[in-house]
Amino acid sequence: MSSENMTLNLKIWRQKGAQTEGKLVDYRVDGVSPDMSFLEMIDVLNEQLVRKGEDPIAFDHDCREGICGMCSMNIDGKAHGGFKNTTTCQVHMRLYNNGDTIVIEPFRAQAFPLVKDLAVDRSAIDKVMMKGGYISANTGNAQDGNAILIPKPIADEAMDAAACIGCGACVASCPNGSGMLFMGAKISQLALLPQGQPEAPLRALKMVHEHDSLGFGNCTNHAECEATCPKGISIEHIARMNREYLKAAFTYHEKTRT
Amino acid sequence: MTINLDAKAPSGELKDKWTKHKFESKLVNPANKRKFTVIVVGTGLAGGSAAASLAELGYNVLSFCIQDSPRRAHSIAAQGGINGTKNYTNDGDSVKRLFYDTIKGGDYRSREANIYRLAEVSNNIIDQMVSQGVPFAREYGGYLDNRSFGGSQVSRTFYARGQTGQQLLLGAYSGMMKMISKGKIKLFNRREMMDLVKINGKARGIIVRNLITGELERYAADAVLLCTGGYGNVYFLSTNAMTSNASAAWRCYKRGAAFANPCFTQIHPTCIPVHGDYQSKLTLMSESLRNDGRVWVPKKENDSRKPADIPDEERDYYLERVYPSFGNLAPRDVSSRQAKYRYDEGKGVGPTKQAVFLDFRDAISRDGIETIAGRYGNLFQMYERITGDNPYKTPMMIYPAVHYTMGGLWVDYNLQSTVPGLHVLGEANFSDHGANRLGASALMQGLADGYFVAPNTISNYLASNPLEKITTDDQAFKDAEAAVILQTSKLLAVKGKRTADDFHKALGQIMWNHVGMSRNEAGLKQAIDGIRKLRDEFWKDVNVPGDAGNFNLELHKATRVADFLELGELMALDALERRESCGGHFREEYQTPDGEAKRDDENFSHVAAWEYTGPNSSPVRHKEELKFEFVQLATRSYK
Repeated sequence: MSSENMTLNLKIWRQKGAQTEGKLVDYRVDGVSPDMSFLEMIDVLNEQLVRKGEDPIAFDHDCREGICGMCSMNIDGKAHGGFKNTTTCQVHMRLYNNGDTIVIEPFRAQAFPLVKDLAVDRSAIDKVMMKGGYISANTGNAQDGNAILIPKPIADEAMDAAACIGCGACVASCPNGSGMLFMGAKISQLALLPQGQPEAPLRALKMVHEHDSLGFGNCTNHAECEATCPKGISIEHIARMNREYLKAAFTYHEKTRT
Repeated sequence: MTINLDAKAPSGELKDKWTKHKFESKLVNPANKRKFTVIVVGTGLAGGSAAASLAELGYNVLSFCIQDSPRRAHSIAAQGGINGTKNYTNDGDSVKRLFYDTIKGGDYRSREANIYRLAEVSNNIIDQMVSQGVPFAREYGGYLDNRSFGGSQVSRTFYARGQTGQQLLLGAYSGMMKMISKGKIKLFNRREMMDLVKINGKARGIIVRNLITGELERYAADAVLLCTGGYGNVYFLSTNAMTSNASAAWRCYKRGAAFANPCFTQIHPTCIPVHGDYQSKLTLMSESLRNDGRVWVPKKENDSRKPADIPDEERDYYLERVYPSFGNLAPRDVSSRQAKYRYDEGKGVGPTKQAVFLDFRDAISRDGIETIAGRYGNLFQMYERITGDNPYKTPMMIYPAVHYTMGGLWVDYNLQSTVPGLHVLGEANFSDHGANRLGASALMQGLADGYFVAPNTISNYLASNPLEKITTDDQAFKDAEAAVILQTSKLLAVKGKRTADDFHKALGQIMWNHVGMSRNEAGLKQAIDGIRKLRDEFWKDVNVPGDAGNFNLELHKATRVADFLELGELMALDALERRESCGGHFREEYQTPDGEAKRDDENFSHVAAWEYTGPNSSPVRHKEELKFEFVQLATRSYK
């Protein structure tokens, strides 16, 4: 933990596009304040590069308050840096020491092709959601919000799962590149809620099928995802997803349900 | 004068207006809806809910978002909650009371009919979101829980921990995902709108930049919905996301959409203070914290003791002192101004002195640490991560920061701008919050516009207007695209020495100092002058490396800054012309003896709508007079 300005050595992955080769490039940044966020430190470096007429480092970011899920990056080999319950944008430089060397790479997973430098394409997450990450309640259908009571513990557990920000750190940290934590969180949230019941079986079947076909790997219980998840989402939701999937695989028949 | 500011608010009793208007609106036959295409730009609460609802009705929707996924729009960052007038708490709430609180909160600078409609549909929003699986906070009996927010004396705010915006946005997003899978929405991600295309006077399409490839693309439609949020980032530092920008709205302004009340910006009282010049953005701490946190400063100037060492009698709980009936839950504009007064008096705290305390000591000893953690745990965690301080042990330090813009493109009751076919929803329009927005009502407005208002009014527009067949080969598309190419090559050709961020920060300084929490004539004139000079320098000295043919983040930034440099001037001009104080617009020349805003209803009870008249001529200020038939104008008091 440093309280004075630091000089840091960065090794950053530079790659123009998916079709070209990439490599780690060394940079030095001086005058890094401990109060800076990690992304502000990269802003400072980028300003320096632009002034020299060089191409700044491309990276994804937006809200910078840990909720939009846009920022990514592997920092020293770990998604979002591996700090507990923290996205990259919320990593602050006081966690580092003067003279540290930090290796910064993009999320690496088969389902997330590289866009440029540290930015990757995570649209596969949306594609999984399109297969059933919703309750089909058209606008105008709704009954009174209190018509169906939901016990507080159930609502709370659904909220734990719903906190997923769709950043893909679970995928990037999994040795199999599995997306089962983000998908499991959605399936679990909707399976817990009474409103989600009518579509539960089909949801589990279709989302899992899509997940597998997009190049995400399977879950083999490494639990790296839970350790890395910036929202602390538990792998219990993967377990619930598996139960939902199995239940659906045994009992769901298109004819009997429609 | 080419601008028509007919609000088209229906006649009759307040409570009947919306019902009557819906009945009188024309409908599109279910089988004909598939013949229409609607463009929706932006996928926040307004854009996401509108895209999903229009697609459910049967229209073909083309949806555009600037991020890699629609789920990332900045609505996601709203923390505290969403208002609804369910009166589940039995504390005397009603549609009329929410209507009244909102119009008073906005300091009587908004349209009665619009606000009443907003309050009316607020309950439908809660129901809709529950049915989509939004896990709102619940009581042990399974019923929905409520809490209170600034500017109201009832508990009507529904919430999902400190992540209400996220949960609501994911609800709207899930509706979009459903309609994408059904083929009714076509999603275009990583696209930024560069221009509006008008054919025969009507909005018929857009030009967008594919941010990855750099290519410009043309899209045609029968109507365009602009749901691109506010322009708070004109100040550089704000609570907005990094890509939140004004360009889409600004380009519509240049195509003939009037810009209303640009000087009405909201400075939110509870943000984490600025700590360095490298800072890229500010972080909000939800207003809900003021339910339990007490705001104070030391009574002594330049008191550098630790907060715990300052005894109660030497603390000034100034909101409780000045506003005994609302206390710490005084509205945002009022609370921000009071924080500024304390700073001006030399009573600010922390290393920069630009901060006040928000203290949970009493709440923790009253309710216990677990209860407080249950209510605000994630906010406390976020605060500690950013500042390194633990708010369970020492008070938070907070200071006002730019958060929301009440101004925006002018719209009528149908949410249509002065360009036929261009509808503007959510924060991008000016419609509902007057000169100050109350907490937990931005989410409400975005969803009201998208779920319940636009689907009705768009159908009416499509059914009542003859829309000839067009293609993207039309000359208007070619011209608009050529203009974008020209501007891009100009930016790339400057090859100066300063970065886009450099200019943006300089603009932000001018705006914060002169068009911020308090404004005066000399300062505003100085701001206008300063912005013009800065804009000239920008076009002579900005450095945009690379070219337009790829993922060029500096080009994207510079394009937005170029527009901010024009919008900033209009904001200052609007602030200069509005010779009164109201809500967030505080002109030092117009204040009561105790430092409260002094409105001038005789001369300024109107919406100022600015018309663009070309690059080298001054914009023209038009007025939409506000008529108050149901509310008595009063001096806003929270004492």
